[in-house]
Amino acid sequence: MRTGEIPITLEFSRVGLAERPLVGGKVASLGELLRHGCRVPPGFAVTSLGYRRFLEANGLEDQLRQALASVVPNDLESIERASQQITGMFLESRIPLEVRDAIKRGYEALSIQAQLSDPPVAVRSSALAEDSEQASFAGQQETYLWVRGTEHVLDSVRRCWASAFTPRALSYRLTQGVSLDDGVAVGVQQMVHPRAAGVLFTLSPRTGDRSLIVVEGSWGPGVAVVSGEVTPDEFTINKVTLEIVHRKISPKTVQFAPSGSEGLLVKVGVPEDLQTKPCISDAEAVELARLARHLEQVYGFPLDIEWAVAENEDFPHNLYLLQSRPETVWSRRPRSSIAANFKDPLSYVVQTLAGKALSR
Amino acid sequence: MMSDALRFQSPFEIQTPPGCEGYEEMYPYYLRFSEDRRAEEENKLWFYNGMHAPEAVHPFDTIGFEAGYLGIGEMSSRMFAIPPAMGIDFRFLNGRLYISPTAVADPKKIEERAKLFEHRAGYYFQNWPQFYEEWREKVKREIEQLKAIRFPELPEVEDERLVFERKGYGTSQEVFEAYHRLLESIFRIWQIHMEIVMIGFAAYFTFYEFCKKAFPEISDQAITRMVGAIDVSMFRPNDELKRLAKRAVELNVDSYFQAGADVREVFEALGRSEAGRTWLEEWRRSSDPWFYMNTGDGFHHHHRAWVDDPGAVFGILCDYVAKVKRGESLERDIEGRRRDRDQITEGYRSLLQTEEDRKAFDQLLGLVRNVYYSIEDHKFYVEHWYQSVFWNKVRELGALFVRQGFFQDVEDIFYLHWSEVHQALMDLLLSWTIGAPARGPVYWPPIIARRRELMQKLREWNPPPALGTVPEAVVDPAVVMLWGITPDRLRAWLEPEKVEEKVLRGFAASPGVVEGPARVVLSVDQLHEVQEGEILVCSVTEPSWAPVFSRIRATVSDIGGMMSHAAIVAREYGIPAVLGTGSATKRIRTGQRIRVDGDAGTVTLLED
Repeated sequence: MRTGEIPITLEFSRVGLAERPLVGGKVASLGELLRHGCRVPPGFAVTSLGYRRFLEANGLEDQLRQALASVVPNDLESIERASQQITGMFLESRIPLEVRDAIKRGYEALSIQAQLSDPPVAVRSSALAEDSEQASFAGQQETYLWVRGTEHVLDSVRRCWASAFTPRALSYRLTQGVSLDDGVAVGVQQMVHPRAAGVLFTLSPRTGDRSLIVVEGSWGPGVAVVSGEVTPDEFTINKVTLEIVHRKISPKTVQFAPSGSEGLLVKVGVPEDLQTKPCISDAEAVELARLARHLEQVYGFPLDIEWAVAENEDFPHNLYLLQSRPETVWSRRPRSSIAANFKDPLSYVVQTLAGKALSR
Repeated sequence: MMSDALRFQSPFEIQTPPGCEGYEEMYPYYLRFSEDRRAEEENKLWFYNGMHAPEAVHPFDTIGFEAGYLGIGEMSSRMFAIPPAMGIDFRFLNGRLYISPTAVADPKKIEERAKLFEHRAGYYFQNWPQFYEEWREKVKREIEQLKAIRFPELPEVEDERLVFERKGYGTSQEVFEAYHRLLESIFRIWQIHMEIVMIGFAAYFTFYEFCKKAFPEISDQAITRMVGAIDVSMFRPNDELKRLAKRAVELNVDSYFQAGADVREVFEALGRSEAGRTWLEEWRRSSDPWFYMNTGDGFHHHHRAWVDDPGAVFGILCDYVAKVKRGESLERDIEGRRRDRDQITEGYRSLLQTEEDRKAFDQLLGLVRNVYYSIEDHKFYVEHWYQSVFWNKVRELGALFVRQGFFQDVEDIFYLHWSEVHQALMDLLLSWTIGAPARGPVYWPPIIARRRELMQKLREWNPPPALGTVPEAVVDPAVVMLWGITPDRLRAWLEPEKVEEKVLRGFAASPGVVEGPARVVLSVDQLHEVQEGEILVCSVTEPSWAPVFSRIRATVSDIGGMMSHAAIVAREYGIPAVLGTGSATKRIRTGQRIRVDGDAGTVTLLED
């Protein structure tokens, strides 16, 4: 994409990894998922240009630079002070018309697609920094769920911009040496009405075993699983054969539900008869595993994927992937050969037999 | 005694079942737990070998175990010097077989043995396919020699041929030598059996450990599916039955094959027509050797071979005939199994992280597939063919004792230990040569009567899975691979039973999930009761039960090691299996609906 043609918003279906500097890692990976044939709820990105226009229109660039200049790394107080100052500035500033219109048009397009006025959307920041996926950035950038209506969407976008300057985000970027004025992109994505949702790993989080896929899920939106509010159901699936090797169904007493139009979720009780029922069927678990296995093969590394099963849609069209990122815990460990110094089968047999006995 | 070690009940705390006092004298002194070895015996782990001895063992039948464990000890500890493993010790307690692996403790010794092992086992590994082929021929020769053993009739006076040929010895010596040859034969065949099996397990164990390191949570099932012994000789007997069913339809004699008919009458009727005689001739040809398949694992004399008791498989034969008439296929999907094996192998291989690991995987798998094929294939030759012929030879000797008034029944001989048979035979030969009455005819009958009663009572006893002290590690490859004995498993046995009223757990041995009514089978005599579509629940699934697998929807067992033969049969037939649940036959009753999950290794009781 040549300069001058940079749009303020971009539909997910038009982005891939090449657009990452514009739309951030999160949104770029959603675009990739679409390209690989996965079902992803539709949405659009507010690109880094939108963010720049916001700064320019409000003359925030200088103020931002000043506020950041006052920060002393490792001095928490100075970080907090700068963060408060910047957040305040951002929230008081207006979004310029050109950006407002672009976002409005994007949201209207979603409304038409969903055949719904004011469709609920998720608004989340999508960091531009190169290593933001390497580091587990969970919780450092904001996500607003079930946001409805143009004004609320615009407000959430502004909050996402500001979220790049929370004390945690600031100190992380300072310690990691990540540029402070990279800017930030935002994704606006239609919400699916999840009957159940959760996360999955294309390896075993317990042992790092790459021959397994572990799917965790609970009733309602995935926050219940991510936040640890419930002990999720857990399906362990053989990656090679796609057979379910273990099913752990836990009592799930609470779930989250949207409340109002400002993206608030409230905890509600799960009806008793559903508490001990599996939140997804075996077929759904296996199909999710099949999708995950395919993606892992395409990407070439283990993944950590957020998924949802939509209410009122038929299998397998009810399965959605909401996010995919590289798994970081086990993948970061150095790759060591199991058969280091392997000479021939015989000496390996001897080594194993003698070694096992000697290491008692 | 270490106080912090985990322990099961001591073998010395086990009570003798009421009315069985003095049963110990059925077993030789060296195979009983005894006060003079108590400290040593209490400090070892003893586990119940229900896989090979699912019932109380008759005195004569200890011979199979004495020969077997002599062979294991010879090959593991003395011949190939498997670095960490000496032999496997064993005892009889309340008639049941308990076994205990003996480890090498001294690290220096392990290293010395590793060098010997590399040199010696290496010779076999490098030439495996050829050696196995030759091994099979060796076993066939042994069977021929066994068949040639004769217990000649004791005449009033010797044939004059013996005089004029100046042989110098008579029939009494021939009978005596025949018994010795019988003993030599069985002890030799079991050494030959272990010649390939022990180092075979060593190689298999290595691949298993490699897979566990690469994929810490890999299931045993996935490993066996990659190793995949496909189309081994153990399946041939059942294939022959299927072929005979097809022939029955082709020869238009299928109407004779009605389930429930008396097999002897059916065979007689077949003999009255040309087509029937053709079929019988084919049955006879298939019988030798393929119906020398016994209904157990070869260690109990009363698990008769099909050739001796066609009734055991007649019902299955009728099923097959009916299926052929309905136009159903009887073929096993060998190509499908091979495809499944290759896909799984490629799947795991591609998940390995380094080129070095893939190379090791390929080469180890190459070795192990050869070896494992033999581990499965050999069973027909020794456990079935040889053993079935052997027990019948013992019966021939039993018949001699009956004729001489020692026993009332041919089968009585199995109530004597082979060393006692030795004594009885000397009594008999002395009496015949001297011409004076033997003591045997009055000495043995009351002992046999008492032992028959003891065996009956001991059957009721419920053997605990393990006794003695849990070791820190289990290093004997065969013990880990065949019986699935690991410290984790032992600790699980020690834990008080979890309150999971409706769920039983075991080894996930063959994949798939099905529901259906259970059929609890406590002994082979009940096997014919199994109906189409039922789930077989048994103490131990014998591979020779393969025919019944075409009727059932799934199988569940109390006992079964991770690599047990039953698992192979279940996979071959594509039905789910959960083995080694410990208590399935006690907790499930015939007719109860259950769900068997062969992927997760669980059995769920769907009804009370």
